Amino acid sequence: MNNRVLSLVLSRLLIAVITLVIVSFAVFFATTLLPGDTASILLGQAATPEAVEGLRKAMHLDEPAIFRFLRWIVGLVQGDLGTSYANEMPVADLIAGRFVNTLKLAGVTALFSVPIALTLGITAAMLRGSLYDRIVTVLTIGVISVPEFMIATSAVLVFAVYLKWLPALSFANEVTSLSDLLRIYAMPVITLTFGVSAQMIRMTRAAVIETLNTPYVEMALLKGASRPRMVFRHALPNALGPIVNAVALSLSYLLGGVIIVETIFNYPGVAKLMVDAVSTRDLPLIQSCAMIFCLGYLLLTTTADLIAILSNPRLR
Amino acid sequence: MTMTPSSTSTTSIRTSGSRLGYRFNLVGVIGFTIIIAWALVAVFAPLIIPYPVGEIVDLDYFGPMSRDFWLGSDYLGRDMLSRILMGARYTVGISLAAVTIACFSGVVLGMIAAVAGGWLDTVVSRFLDALNSIPSKLFGLVVVAAVGSSIPVLILTLSVIYIPGAYRFARALAVNINAMDFITVARIRGESTWYLIRSEILPNIVGPVLADLGLRFVFIVLLLSGLSFLGLGVQPPYADWGALVRENIGGLPFGAPAVMFPSLAIASLTISVNLLIDNLPQKIRDRSE
Repeated sequence: MNNRVLSLVLSRLLIAVITLVIVSFAVFFATTLLPGDTASILLGQAATPEAVEGLRKAMHLDEPAIFRFLRWIVGLVQGDLGTSYANEMPVADLIAGRFVNTLKLAGVTALFSVPIALTLGITAAMLRGSLYDRIVTVLTIGVISVPEFMIATSAVLVFAVYLKWLPALSFANEVTSLSDLLRIYAMPVITLTFGVSAQMIRMTRAAVIETLNTPYVEMALLKGASRPRMVFRHALPNALGPIVNAVALSLSYLLGGVIIVETIFNYPGVAKLMVDAVSTRDLPLIQSCAMIFCLGYLLLTTTADLIAILSNPRLR
Repeated sequence: MTMTPSSTSTTSIRTSGSRLGYRFNLVGVIGFTIIIAWALVAVFAPLIIPYPVGEIVDLDYFGPMSRDFWLGSDYLGRDMLSRILMGARYTVGISLAAVTIACFSGVVLGMIAAVAGGWLDTVVSRFLDALNSIPSKLFGLVVVAAVGSSIPVLILTLSVIYIPGAYRFARALAVNINAMDFITVARIRGESTWYLIRSEILPNIVGPVLADLGLRFVFIVLLLSGLSFLGLGVQPPYADWGALVRENIGGLPFGAPAVMFPSLAIASLTISVNLLIDNLPQKIRDRSE
């Protein structure tokens, strides 16, 4: 790794940090726009003005917003996410278990969607213009153009209502056997896999086609290399960077997808926690969940960019 | 308006001014027709609905498709067809308003940044990139949680979410144009930034920008439907297509038509826009991607 790559990587990381600061600023101020005084809402209508005043002081609500922002940021960095307004539990405790659940869902989805999407994307690019390619393209455009909840409801209709393989929307809370586990994960994972794979297939296909259009691949064809050899020896190694970049970017689609999927399937993850927090207007919880999502998103896009930089042979 | 096969070879007289000179293929025409149909439905919905939207007309709830109720009835026994036709107003109207604001602001900012360059360009780009790194659904969720969900708030939120994308796209195009000789000539003539943007850059990027507007419209329709589905978008008694799915989600285990048809309406609109844009003549859609 030479200096140029190093400086590019460092500047990209610096941008990520600056972005994170701006994002946390935006999240904090968006949530403090909430109309109504938090202290009087918490204490209810029967509260005396003195009690409200006391609570305002205890929660530092009487300070200027910028101090509260700094206090909040310092707390975040130290791992103190604050206390939930709704049930007075530390936010960190509320989120911890849910976070693991969401990660599991995302992990299982990635496990399924990455191989499926790469296979379909690369083969579609190899057989560009064929009937197979057209079917894949039309299907991916179709999946991308419909809302996530439609994929979810269609999956329920197909697998639960007509085929009767899986339960519709009801979930067993206690998991006792492997089949229970499968039943819980099947529907959310199917839904998410469809969405993520469609994005990934599109981007992978574009990346491979771009490489196949380069002069050195044409040269390989002209000197008599077979089609598979041309693709696997000459094109794919060079398309690897863009493909991994595409994978990382499409996985960020998961973050939007889980919000819908966890809600519709009642899956106990961070996104469901956040949607519930929005309805109870539980500020610290919304802020922390929002930061987790932004952090995840930023992590994925930054990784995608770093891979693109590192895999560019011209910079080596 | 769509197909004029005669004009392919007429390059001499009918040049840039003639919209009729473009050829659309069949798929593009189908997409275009569906879009126009939904637009007409959105405008004339109150005249064509068979039953009043709020009235309970079917004794059965989650009724099947029948002669009286073409698309079945919803969870209260209201006519689904009427509700979907009225829902088009909210889905198409809000999305169209949002995409117009988003693209207008994004494109103007993008062109200004490209022409002005320097610190202005850096600051605006950095800030909008940061905005862009908040997942769109999350941004909507946080704002709606903060200021509540009325239709003007929804329109503004949706447009703010998609300004960075429109900005980035327009800026990238404008930067390319900005490097050309005729811009340098115009600068030497002493033209103002406003003139450069309006008369030199805009005419050269308007095609791709319109195609981008279409794509962004699809994103906005999907996001609006998603928010409404979460109960954070259009509020009862009004209902857009996403809210209709949410209302009737209880009918899903019975496979009620009330769940599927609003989703199908969304899909027909978004897929048509995608088809139209994918099949736009190369002349318009001359995108760098």
